[in-house]
Amino acid sequence: MSNARTQILDGIRRSLKRGPLDQAAARALEMRLERPLRGPVPARTRGLDRDGLVRLFERLALEVNATVVRVRDLDAVPDAVADFLAAHNLPADIAMAPDPLLDRVPWHKRPLLNLRRGRSHGQDAVGLSAAFAGIAETGTLMLASGVDSPSTLNFLPETHVVVLPAARVVGPIEDAWDRLRAAQPGEQLAGPTMPRTVNFITGPSRTGDIEQKILMGAHGPRRLHIVIVEDESAGPQP
Amino acid sequence: MQPTSHRFKENVRGALADAALQRALRFFDFGQAGLAERRRQAVAKLPEFEALREQAKAIKDHTLANLDWYLERFEKNCTAAGGHVHWCRDAEEARQTVLDICRRVGARTVTKGKSMIGEEIAINDFLAANGIEPIETDLGEYIVQIRHEAPSHIIAPAIHLTKDQVAASFRDTHKQFDPARPLEEPRALLDEARGVLRQKFLEADVGITGANFLIAETGSSIIVTNEGNGDLTQLLPKAHIVLASLEKVVPTLEDAATILRVLARSATGQEMSVYTTFSTGPRRPGDLDGPGEYHVILLDNGRSQLLGTEFQEILRCIRCGACMNNCPVYASIGGHAYGWVYPGPMGAVLTPSLIGIENARHLPNASTFCGRCESVCPMKIPLPKLMRHYREQEYERRLAPATVRMGLAAWAFLARRPALYHSMARLAAGVLGRLGRRHGSFFNLPLATGWTATREMPAPQGKTFQAQWRARQRSKGRR
Ligand code: SF4
Repeated sequence: MSNARTQILDGIRRSLKRGPLDQAAARALEMRLERPLRGPVPARTRGLDRDGLVRLFERLALEVNATVVRVRDLDAVPDAVADFLAAHNLPADIAMAPDPLLDRVPWHKRPLLNLRRGRSHGQDAVGLSAAFAGIAETGTLMLASGVDSPSTLNFLPETHVVVLPAARVVGPIEDAWDRLRAAQPGEQLAGPTMPRTVNFITGPSRTGDIEQKILMGAHGPRRLHIVIVEDESAGPQP
Repeated sequence: MQPTSHRFKENVRGALADAALQRALRFFDFGQAGLAERRRQAVAKLPEFEALREQAKAIKDHTLANLDWYLERFEKNCTAAGGHVHWCRDAEEARQTVLDICRRVGARTVTKGKSMIGEEIAINDFLAANGIEPIETDLGEYIVQIRHEAPSHIIAPAIHLTKDQVAASFRDTHKQFDPARPLEEPRALLDEARGVLRQKFLEADVGITGANFLIAETGSSIIVTNEGNGDLTQLLPKAHIVLASLEKVVPTLEDAATILRVLARSATGQEMSVYTTFSTGPRRPGDLDGPGEYHVILLDNGRSQLLGTEFQEILRCIRCGACMNNCPVYASIGGHAYGWVYPGPMGAVLTPSLIGIENARHLPNASTFCGRCESVCPMKIPLPKLMRHYREQEYERRLAPATVRMGLAAWAFLARRPALYHSMARLAAGVLGRLGRRHGSFFNLPLATGWTATREMPAPQGKTFQAQWRARQRSKGRR
């Protein structure tokens, strides 16, 4: 296969009518990776304060068929989750990410919530995760996988509930990348410092594959419920 | 997939005569809230769209000019994250590499996310021939798979089918259910497929997905879906294999953000697709889920040869489908008539680029040259110009029969004189329209017996295509 590698790279260079890049040219590309350039960032998030960003996030998330509730602090999360499940007649069997933020929630306040910490194998009615960020530009949740954030919770259960501290809401996608870079040692996202899976989630699963009719709940969750926690101390990114 | 692009004319005849296909294609009507209209609305909502398009084009041009360096950087970072990068010169190498991985992990079933590269290398047939069952999991791909068909559109694979056809196929395939069950509603069809495929997701040993992008900075692959099938495909099995062609690489996460902003809007009119997933290597220590192995197939299959030629521009394509959604030819004949993996205007350029103009010489002619495809292409690919290059090549290599060459010479004379061309075309259309009024079509046209020998030339309605198109756009603008 290394033969194929050499041949492909040589073929590219032959077509481009040059040899391997010289040091100066390579250095310029290196710089482009070290200090990534932003393209034209949509102005819709510009100049918005925290509250403005959260309101934009909320409006756009609703537009893509997510449901959103705002609560004051982590103490109010158990009621928000339990009430949502009851209102939709959903079982209160929840697979929850073993996330430090979710562990700070006083779940004992609603003892009927049947919580299990861990990944999903497909038997859970509800998955509960914490978002790494909310991207106001498009009402998009950003979840990053890790030891305390299994990705199966985002896809296997029919209902996905995501807790999002308001302090984690950013404007454009690029701001989310900056937060992710800042959360990593060395501030570079290369190879192992990039989380194994980063999920951008914009509304519940859907398909338009049968006569272009849009239907919710294709393979992923049929419902996406976002609980925004206003209290600053609920915390910025981990 | 055996190309039938060389039989394009016959394919078109079949498509036009296929009542079910024509019924399905009515969803393509430009007036309806179809993909083209949804795209238009989404673009109108983003004032920066044009600037993003420019930047998206610049990013790809820059990357292609330094493709060797960016691919090596991608490989380095992917490998550092524990992934394996496999360079494959052609379809055969790619298929063999996939099979070797499947064999090594003892795979019996393989789930598949939507991948045009998968179609290009015909991976499903190959795996099946080697005793491994491939299961398409995108709803549209699943439907065409159980019907033993090929996808007819790069983002809406089953767009050529009506819900009744889907229902009939489900009854034929899902024998485990009550034959009398109601399947009239799309909802019922979706729920049935969801149940069947959920089991397959949980059982699969290997998951194969495509890649919308590769990121050199991080060594990640990106998939974009609305269903979540791609994520279940790559998350649950022992190994995840990514099928990607060389030109998928972009430098940074910021560059990906820019192109993602034009991708979903151009494809389905969404601001963002539901799931955009960045994957970097296999399961990490302490992770509770994720694939144990992560492989990226880097497929060339002729692309490196396009660099530095006039056809390099097609390598900017991000497979959004906007060009076919806005193509009057595609809307009339559907995707299968194009005879290979890639239909519509982008296929009319990419297919001859990959399988040779001699095997696809009609495709660059499958155009009214109305220019819609280029005007909607988020990557600003000059599709009509590239088709014209192939027409010229075909002409120069004497692939076209002599009468066509003569006609083309006359056409070229007129085409270089736009005012004359338009008045001639108007005249011809008006004249033929009046002449044909009695029958509504012609059985024989002078200078065009090659055309009328096998089909009736519908009588023009008295206006040229350009004039009608303008009128149609104007009336749409008023709604
Ligand atoms: S050629 Fe342009 S419009 Fe067509 S699929 Fe490719 S990127 Fe989209």
